[in-house]
Amino acid sequence: MGRIGVVTFPGTLDDRDAARAVRLAGAEAVALWHADSDLKGVDAVVLPGGFSYGDYLRAGAISSHAPIVREIVDAAAKGLPVLGICNGFQVLTEAHLLPGSMIKNDHLRFICREQVLVVENADTPWTREYAAGERITVPLKNQDGQYVADEHTLDELEGEGRVVFRYDGWNPNGSRRNIAGVCNAAGNVVGLMPHPEHAVEPGFGPDGAKGPRTGTDGLRVFTSVLTSLVGAA
Amino acid sequence: MGRVVVDVMPKPEILDPQGKAVAGSLPRLGFGQFVGVRQGKRFELEVEGDVTQEHLDAAREAGVQVLSNPVIEDVVAVYADTAAVQA
Repeated sequence: MGRIGVVTFPGTLDDRDAARAVRLAGAEAVALWHADSDLKGVDAVVLPGGFSYGDYLRAGAISSHAPIVREIVDAAAKGLPVLGICNGFQVLTEAHLLPGSMIKNDHLRFICREQVLVVENADTPWTREYAAGERITVPLKNQDGQYVADEHTLDELEGEGRVVFRYDGWNPNGSRRNIAGVCNAAGNVVGLMPHPEHAVEPGFGPDGAKGPRTGTDGLRVFTSVLTSLVGAA
Repeated sequence: MGRVVVDVMPKPEILDPQGKAVAGSLPRLGFGQFVGVRQGKRFELEVEGDVTQEHLDAAREAGVQVLSNPVIEDVVAVYADTAAVQA
């Protein structure tokens, strides 16, 4: 059974949901504390959403210098699968593991909705149980969700297939090129603004094909990484 | 006590949604002469004694490394706040 670390910063909101998603996927969830320098030998790491350090300075900025993130940066360079969701995505950009940044939504309002995404890259350790081009529905909830990067970086991301998720239809926050999630050059580090960990269990997710709240499209993010670990072992 | 000021602004090519919202509110309050607003951040870094060139250099470095995100922001000014000297 894989062991997946879930990091908690002061102000993290979704660590319990992320840990639950990990367990529902069949792995052991290992709690990691921001001030520790010990990754506890985990096989992969999830940086969950919320408002770490109150989003002071910039979203994810102070967290990116936390002791546990320094360890994650080192381990990611050696291939550790790392997933950043929402605020976790912001932490990964501030830690320079992922390109670009997030600024306030173009319409300036907090947004919470069931969001359809296109899985553009189904080759990362976090997306391999999806089909490329598949449409999935997961919750989206953010204030600072507008993904920005310079045109050169955006072209590079597109050219190298590093846009992992894209908003389908309406762009909910003004993100460049409808980008909802990207990965690093090696593919092991993935960040996305929407929340797959909130769509993992019938009765609590978005509306799905089988009726209200039956959507579990997010679960395969977590089962994907388990499959990847088995494949790598 | 000396004080170094670091001013950080969103990059010109980055849309500044907050500034846009502020710009939208000004005409309603009678400030129709302002046709655009960009909103940035001012940091005040306090040091022991007078501000030295080393302090200014360190403040600029901190500005680039921590106080701003070079993807979306520029450090536009680093200077000693002389009014802070007698404080």
